Amino acid sequence: MAVFPLRLVPPNTKIDFIGRRKAAFVFSALLMAVSLVFFAVKGLNYGIDFKGGILMEVRTPGAADIDALRKRLSGLGLGEVALQEFGQSTDVLIRIERQPGGEKGQMIAVVKVKEALGRDVASYRRTEFVGPKVGGELIQAGILAVVLSLLAIMVYVWFRFEWQFSIGAIVALTHDVVATIGLFSVLGLEFNLATVAAILTIAGYSINDTVVVFDRIRENLRKFKTMQIEALLNLSLNQTLSRTLLTSVTTLLALLAIYIFGGAVIRDFGFALIWGVLVGTYSSIFVASPVVMMLKIRESITSGSIGGGETGQENPAE
Amino acid sequence: MIHFSRWKIILIFALCTLGLVLAAPNLFSKQQLAGFPGWVPKSTLNLGLDLRGGSHLLLEVDLKAAYKERLTNLVQSIRAELRRERIGYSRIGATGEQALVVIRDPDKKARRGRGGQTNIERATKLLRRLEPGTEVDVSGARITIKYTVDERRVRDNQVLQQSIEIVRRRVDELGTTEPSIQRQGADRILLQVPGLDDPERLKKLLGKTAKMTFHLLDPRFPLGTPPPAVAPPGSFLAKHRPDKRQERQGSPPRLTLVLKKRVVVSGEHLVDARAAYDTGRPVVSFRFNTIGARKFGRVTQENVGKPFAILLDKEVISAPVIQGPILGGSGIITGGFTVQETQDLSLLLRAGALPAPMTILEERTVGPELGADSIAAGQIACIIGFVLVLIFMVMAYGIFGVFANIALVLNMTLLLGGLSLLQATLTLPGIAGIVLTIGMAVDANVLIFERIREEVASGRTPLSSVDAGYRRALTTIIDANLTTLIAAIILFEFGSGPVKGFAVTLSIGLVTSMFTAIMVTRLIVVTYLRRRRLQALPI
Repeated sequence: MAVFPLRLVPPNTKIDFIGRRKAAFVFSALLMAVSLVFFAVKGLNYGIDFKGGILMEVRTPGAADIDALRKRLSGLGLGEVALQEFGQSTDVLIRIERQPGGEKGQMIAVVKVKEALGRDVASYRRTEFVGPKVGGELIQAGILAVVLSLLAIMVYVWFRFEWQFSIGAIVALTHDVVATIGLFSVLGLEFNLATVAAILTIAGYSINDTVVVFDRIRENLRKFKTMQIEALLNLSLNQTLSRTLLTSVTTLLALLAIYIFGGAVIRDFGFALIWGVLVGTYSSIFVASPVVMMLKIRESITSGSIGGGETGQENPAE
Repeated sequence: MIHFSRWKIILIFALCTLGLVLAAPNLFSKQQLAGFPGWVPKSTLNLGLDLRGGSHLLLEVDLKAAYKERLTNLVQSIRAELRRERIGYSRIGATGEQALVVIRDPDKKARRGRGGQTNIERATKLLRRLEPGTEVDVSGARITIKYTVDERRVRDNQVLQQSIEIVRRRVDELGTTEPSIQRQGADRILLQVPGLDDPERLKKLLGKTAKMTFHLLDPRFPLGTPPPAVAPPGSFLAKHRPDKRQERQGSPPRLTLVLKKRVVVSGEHLVDARAAYDTGRPVVSFRFNTIGARKFGRVTQENVGKPFAILLDKEVISAPVIQGPILGGSGIITGGFTVQETQDLSLLLRAGALPAPMTILEERTVGPELGADSIAAGQIACIIGFVLVLIFMVMAYGIFGVFANIALVLNMTLLLGGLSLLQATLTLPGIAGIVLTIGMAVDANVLIFERIREEVASGRTPLSSVDAGYRRALTTIIDANLTTLIAAIILFEFGSGPVKGFAVTLSIGLVTSMFTAIMVTRLIVVTYLRRRRLQALPI
């Protein structure tokens, strides 16, 4: 019965999460600082979705001789050409920077590359080019999507809870988004449309986690009208801890399956999501709740009523 | 929370059955489905191009160029009208978005007859009547004419619709299966051609406007004479298509011809064009309709022995000498073509000219191999993710984990059914969305089970714990899932292509997971408790 049922968290934990908020604050501040500095100094490795340019995935008859391929392509005068093995030794990913001459320029370059590679390539697995116009639009759409969803989530939480919760949620979400962008900058991973999708999914996952904790805080605020706010937050976090970890584990299991078995094309996407689940879980415990406390949620509750949810008609005694 | 009315139970079963029925077609092949009776649902998941392989091209129609051309035509008819009415002008032309005429002697009155109006008054009146949908502005001797905003919108729309039609014809001519051609925004066309892994030929074909016109040569500059630097009035300069064979021999650069501006006959009168051979050389044979045939016949009759030029997109593709009158309306175009070139040219002529030039903004082509690999990898990831979560849930919650797993299996079926019903497109990120849903779908059940555990710990009876657990977890589940749904919907609105597919699976997955957790597992748990009459919950 030791494994069955398995308990990730023993019942009635009394971990002092709120007491460690200073340490958490320092950690988060560092995380943000590193992310922002890297973003400002090193920037992001934008993929062709945003930067424009050409991407090809080719399969060679035998193990690919990347140096030979590179030599052949760099002779074409197409500017920066990057080659890397992709997934397996016969597959090569070729990235070529955006060509001058607008949309037509990209098209011509694709033909040139195909001619140059000739019989060295058994098949073209992927050919993509994005002209300068679309790239710019996709950047705008991406930023707009992230900002809009953060705002929409903030409004929803504000509507269902108190404004303190909505601020707490948005701080935690921004934290996650910045940390993810930071990760991409630090590791130099390609930042493309799929990454934006990953960021939004991370936001979705993180807010899910945060709302569960908030829901419990709201319930406890109503139940224990005189409890110290620190104790109350700790109680709420401990009560939801088992769920937080269980869901994180099931989600991580699924994401690991994507990361390991899902193929080279979505490996980075899976990686971003795994990071997001970790950061999102951390932020809903150590960022969102302390922010709610700093904004003096208790005072605003006792002076007014708290909206949403069902009222505790059950006996609160435990 | 532990009572289910009969109709609710029926509804739950009905919904689950519906999900199964809708998901079922995906198990069969297209051929098998075709053999089933008509009432069987046949919608299956659409595979995105990144999974089935194919080419995705985003095209932009140059509406500005189309407008400019329209303006040029307007200027020509203005010029003709003013000449006919004998109104002098010192300047005429298209500037930017409008046509401009400067009238000579604006205040001078016409000599007799014309109602004693001044030149500017007569010109204004004339131009106001010239074409509907135009706005005429007069200041001093200057008259500007432009199309109204409404008129431009109507025309832009027509141009785009026509372009879509021509693109469709060209793609159809290539013999591809099930191309999808959609309008995007005001000036874009999204073309998706499944199964096309080398779109170079298609791209080349789409890049051509394919406007064909026949012109006579300016008699002052017969073939072989050096062309002037500037074309004389009424004529224009056109370059001859580079001749591959001549180029290889290092012989003369491209020929420049001086052609009469007047179009003898144009490609719109063509009814057919085919690749053919003429004494062993690849040529394009064509046939005009009656109007075209009459025009062509008259001109060839009058100009026997003289050369004429066939222009395609402002480039001379052939400049033969008229051997004799061509009255039947059919002829051939020779010009040192390769077989492929004659095939492409005849295809373009058959499909018709684009009303405006088009550029390819974006291409994403996936070969069939990579598509198949992605499906295989996606399936493995799905199965492994699924099995891991199933095992974990049983380890965490025992028999309740089994209940949650039943719900998870049902959830996947409903998700598949929902995607099939909506004819949603499954993409590679979409598969990732499904796997992610597997991980997150159990969340609702985890929330409920954790709550039930707490209620048990506080000393409630099993039934009462289950009741309170469901009741209290409900608002949390709704709040938590709705916020995630908001992010997913916004992702759908702003994402493109594959990312949209991800948002769709994630959204449907959220909804079905709420349904299965709140309804299905609850029904199972309650039924289980009623049957067993347990003293303690095995959770």
